[in-house]
Amino acid sequence: MKVVIIGNGIAGTTAARYIRKKSQHKILMISSECEFPYSRTALMYIYMGHMKWEHTKLYDDQFWIKNRINRLKDHVIQINIRNKKIALQSGNIIDYDRLIIASGSQSNNYICKGNSLIGVQALYHLQDLHSLEEKTNNGINRAVIVGGGLIGIELAEMLSSRNIPVTMLVREKSFWNNILPEEESQLINNHIRTHGIDLRLDEELEEILGETTVQSINTKSGTNIICNFVGLTIGVSPNISFVKDSELKLNKGILVDSHLQTNIEDIFAIGDCAELLSPDSGRKSIEAVWYTGKIMGKTVASTICGLPTEYHPGIWYNSAKFFDIEYQVYGYVPVKDPNTDSIYWEHKNGLHSIRLVYDKSSSIILGFNLLGIRYRHEVCEKWIKEKYPIQNVIENLSLANFDPEFYPEFESEIVNLFNQKCNKTIRFSSSRSLDLVNQFLNT
Amino acid sequence: MNQQESLSISSHQLSSSLNTAQKFSLTFIVIGIIIQLLYCIGSIDIQPSIILATGFGFIIFGSILYSHYQYKGKTRGIKNDKVWFNSLTNRGVWAWALGIFLTVFYVLLYWFPQYLGHSDNGNNSGLIKLFDPLSHLLKGKPTSQWFVYGVLYTLIILLLGVKFIYKYRHNRYQCIRTLSIIFFQTMIAFLLPEILISLNLPFNDFKNIWPLNYSFFYSWHIDEMLQNGSFGIFILIWGILSILVFTPILTYYFGKRWYCSWVCGCGGLAETAGDPFRQLSDKSIQSWKIERWMIYSILVFVIVMTIMTLYTRFSGKAEFLIFNSYQLSRWYGFFIGAAFSGVIGVGFYPLMGSRVWCRFGCPMAAILGLIQRKKSKFRITTNGGQCISCGNCSTYCEMGIDVKSYAQKGQDIVRASCVGCGICSAVCPRGVLRLENGQLDIRERGIRSSC
Ligand SMILES: Cc1cc2nc3c(=O)[nH]c(=O)nc-3n(C[C@H](O)[C@H](O)[C@H](O)COP(=O)(O)OP(=O)(O)OC[C@H]3O[C@@H](n4cnc5c(N)ncnc54)[C@H](O)[C@@H]3O)c2cc1C
Ligand code: SF4
Ligand code: SF4
Repeated sequence: MKVVIIGNGIAGTTAARYIRKKSQHKILMISSECEFPYSRTALMYIYMGHMKWEHTKLYDDQFWIKNRINRLKDHVIQINIRNKKIALQSGNIIDYDRLIIASGSQSNNYICKGNSLIGVQALYHLQDLHSLEEKTNNGINRAVIVGGGLIGIELAEMLSSRNIPVTMLVREKSFWNNILPEEESQLINNHIRTHGIDLRLDEELEEILGETTVQSINTKSGTNIICNFVGLTIGVSPNISFVKDSELKLNKGILVDSHLQTNIEDIFAIGDCAELLSPDSGRKSIEAVWYTGKIMGKTVASTICGLPTEYHPGIWYNSAKFFDIEYQVYGYVPVKDPNTDSIYWEHKNGLHSIRLVYDKSSSIILGFNLLGIRYRHEVCEKWIKEKYPIQNVIENLSLANFDPEFYPEFESEIVNLFNQKCNKTIRFSSSRSLDLVNQFLNT
Repeated sequence: MNQQESLSISSHQLSSSLNTAQKFSLTFIVIGIIIQLLYCIGSIDIQPSIILATGFGFIIFGSILYSHYQYKGKTRGIKNDKVWFNSLTNRGVWAWALGIFLTVFYVLLYWFPQYLGHSDNGNNSGLIKLFDPLSHLLKGKPTSQWFVYGVLYTLIILLLGVKFIYKYRHNRYQCIRTLSIIFFQTMIAFLLPEILISLNLPFNDFKNIWPLNYSFFYSWHIDEMLQNGSFGIFILIWGILSILVFTPILTYYFGKRWYCSWVCGCGGLAETAGDPFRQLSDKSIQSWKIERWMIYSILVFVIVMTIMTLYTRFSGKAEFLIFNSYQLSRWYGFFIGAAFSGVIGVGFYPLMGSRVWCRFGCPMAAILGLIQRKKSKFRITTNGGQCISCGNCSTYCEMGIDVKSYAQKGQDIVRASCVGCGICSAVCPRGVLRLENGQLDIRERGIRSSC
C-alpha cells in the first residue's frame, strides 16, 4: 500500500514515523516548503541567532533513509479523487492508496490599503523568515507589528534582538486578553514594555502608506508612524486552497470525523488544516498547536495501519514564552466565567504568577495558569481529570512544581491566599521530590 | 494626522556595541595589563607587592565591572542572541585565532616553558616574570610555569565564573553551582596546596581524584605520602576513599554532576571559560560512538598503567607481559595528561566546544558515567507533552547529547555523559526538562509518554 502525505510539518512527520513503526507501507511525504522537516516553533530562534536552521530539524538526515520515508519537494496543486491521484506543480502525477492531508496553516491577510507593499509580511513559513532576514539586512528603521497574539510577540522579540525599534498595535484593551485573564494579561503588558517595545493597546491598523515600499502607517486612532516594515500577525487559518475545488467537504478547514477521516474514504486530514466535526468537550474544532498535530499524526497512523483509532487529545494544555516569561496552561482557564472562581498569586517583581481555577459550587479544580513558573503536566492533568477538590490540590501543590532545583517555591503563598479566602488553616509542606510525584501518579 | 512625537524606546535595549560603562571597565583591565607589562620588561622598578596589588587588582576589578555592565541593562533571562552570528562563537576567524593562541600557549607551557620566560635559575622574564610578585608573596620564591598556569586558571574561573553568574542570574541552580566551582578552584585547588607547601607539607589537591589525577599511585607520589607522617597517610587514605567510597555514594544520589559540574577543575573551566562555546559540541550519532570508544579505552589505559606502576613498585620489575610501566606512564602523561586534556581539551574550546576532554577523554568521567547510567538516582525528566522540538536543549548541551530526541518522545534522559550542568533545562523555552534525583524511570512510573 502506498501512503502519500501532503505536508511535512509535525503532523505529517509524526504520521509518517508511526506508519513506518507499524507497517511496511510505502510512504511519500511531499512539501513545497523544505526538504527536511524542521520545527516551525523554532523559527524565532534562528533569526535571533540562538540556533541555525540545521539545529531545528526534527530528525537527523539519516533517519529518513533508515526508515524508508521518501520525501519530495514539490507543491500539490490538485487532488483527483476519483482516480486517486495528485497533481504536482512540476507537472508530475502521483498516485496513492491512502492520502493524508497535513498542509498546516497560512497567515491571515489584513485587508487594508497598502497591504501588498514591499516591507509588509507575515511569519509562518521558512520563506517568510528568509524574506525577514533580507529586509533586516537592508535596514529596518522601525517595525510595526499588527496583532497581539503569540506569533506577534515572538516577532517583536525577534526584531528587538536585532536592535530594531518595534511598535505593536493590539486591537484588544490588553495583550491576548481573549485568552489570558486580566491580571496575567496586565502582567504581560508590563513585561513587553520593559523590553522597550512600544506597545499600543486598543489600537488598529488603518492603512499602509508608500509608493512601492512601506514608508509609514496610519492607525485607526489617527496616528502616523514612520516605519519601513509591517509585520502582520493577526492569526492563521487552514491552508486548504489547493483542495477548494475538490469533492472534499470543507468549512474553515477540512472537515474530519473522530477518526480524522474526511468525507472521502482513504483521505484523512490532520494538524492545523483539519477541522473536527465533533470535538471532545473542552476542545475546539480547530486547534492550531504543535502537540495536537503530533497526536493526530499518531492517531491517523494507527487507523491507516488497520487499527481504527479515535482522536482524543485529552485535557487541554499549552505553553508559550513571552520574552523572558514562560507560560503554561493546563485545563480550563476562562477569561471570565461566573461559575468558576480562582486563587491568583503574583510575585511583586512582575515575573511570576500562579492561578488555580475551580468550580464555584463543587470546588473541583478545573485549571492552572502559570507565568514564570513551571508545573508538571502529568500531575496537573491527574488532578483535573480525577476531579480533585481545590483544597486537596492546594495541600499538595508543590507536587506539581517543575522549576529547577533551588528555585524559590512560591506555593506557600498560594496556601496563605487560599486560607485567607476560604477561612482554612492548611499548612504548607514542600514535597517537590520526584519520588513523591511518582507515588502520587501511581495511586 | 499628528506625527508621532515620542516613541518610547528604552535605549539600553537597543545598544549593540560596547556601552560607555563597558569601555570604562575595559580601561581598568588594560591599565592592569600595562602595569604588569612595564614591570616585566623592567621599565618600572618598584615593590613587587605594589605591582601585584595594582596590576592584578585593576584586571580583576575591571573584568568584574565589565561583566556587571554587560548584563546590567538586560532583563533576567536566557541570553543567546546572535551566538551563531558571532565569529568567536561560530567557528569564525576569531574562534580560529583564539584556538590557535590557546593551543600554542599550552604547547609552550608544557614543553617549552623557556619561551614563556621560564628560567631554571629563577631569573624569570616575560610572562612568567609577571607572576613573580605573587609567587614571592605566597611562597617567597620565583615562579615556576605551573604556578603561572595555576594562577591563570584560577583567575579565569573566578572572573568568568562571575560573568556566568551575571548571565544566569535568574537561575539559582546555575548560580549556586558556579559558586561551588569557584570555591573549589580558588580554595581547594589553589590556596590550600600553597598553604600546605608553606607549612612544609606535601602539595595536594584534595578534590583531584584518581584516575583524573593519574599520578596519584606513581611511585614517587606514594613515597612522598609515606614520608610525610600522618598527614601523608591521610592524603593516601583520602585519595583511596575518594574513588572507592565517596565517588560511588555521591554519584548514586546525585549523578555525575556532583563532580563534573560542581567540583572538578577541568569541568569548572569548561563551565566558565568554555560557556560561550558549549553549542559547538558535535551532536551526531557518529560522535557518540567515537565518544564511547575513546573514553573507555582511556579508562582501560589508565587502569593498566596504574596497575603496572604499582606492580613495578612492589616487585621492582618494570616489565610484565608486553607492558613496560615506565613507558606506559610516559605515554599516558604525554598523550593523555598533557596533549589531550590540555592542548586539545582547552585549546580547541572555540572549535569543538568546551567539553572535548570531559566527553572523549576523562577516565574519571568514564567511571562516573558508568555509575550514573547503571546505578544512580539522577535523571532528567521531561514534562509530559510540552516539548515543541525546538532544539535549544540539544544545541546548548556541551556534552553533545541530543536531548531533544528524548524530550520530544517524552523519555527520561539517562546518559553516561550528562554532567548535569542544567543548561538544557535553562534554555528550554517551554519548561520541559528538570534535573532530578529519583529512582524510577518514566516507563516504570507508568506515565503516558506523549508521542
Ligand atoms: C512562528 C510560529 C511559532 C509557533 N509557536 C508555537 C508554539 O510555541 N507552540 C505551539 O503549540 N504551536 C506553535 N505554532 C503553531 C505550530 O507551529 C503549528 O500548529 C504546527 O506547526 C502545525 O503543524 P502541521 O503539521 O499541521 O502544519 P505545518 O507545520 O504548517 O506544515 C505543513 C506543511 O505542508 C506544506 N504544504 C502545504 N500545502 C502544500 C501543498 N499544497 N503542497 C505541498 N506542500 C504543502 C507547507 O508548506 C508546510 O511545510 C507556531 C507557529 C508559528 C508560525
Ligand atoms: S525540550 Fe525544550 S528546548 Fe528541548 S526541544 Fe523540547 S521544547 Fe525545545
Ligand atoms: S543533558 Fe543537559 S544537563 Fe546534561 S550535560 Fe547536556 S545540557 Fe548539561
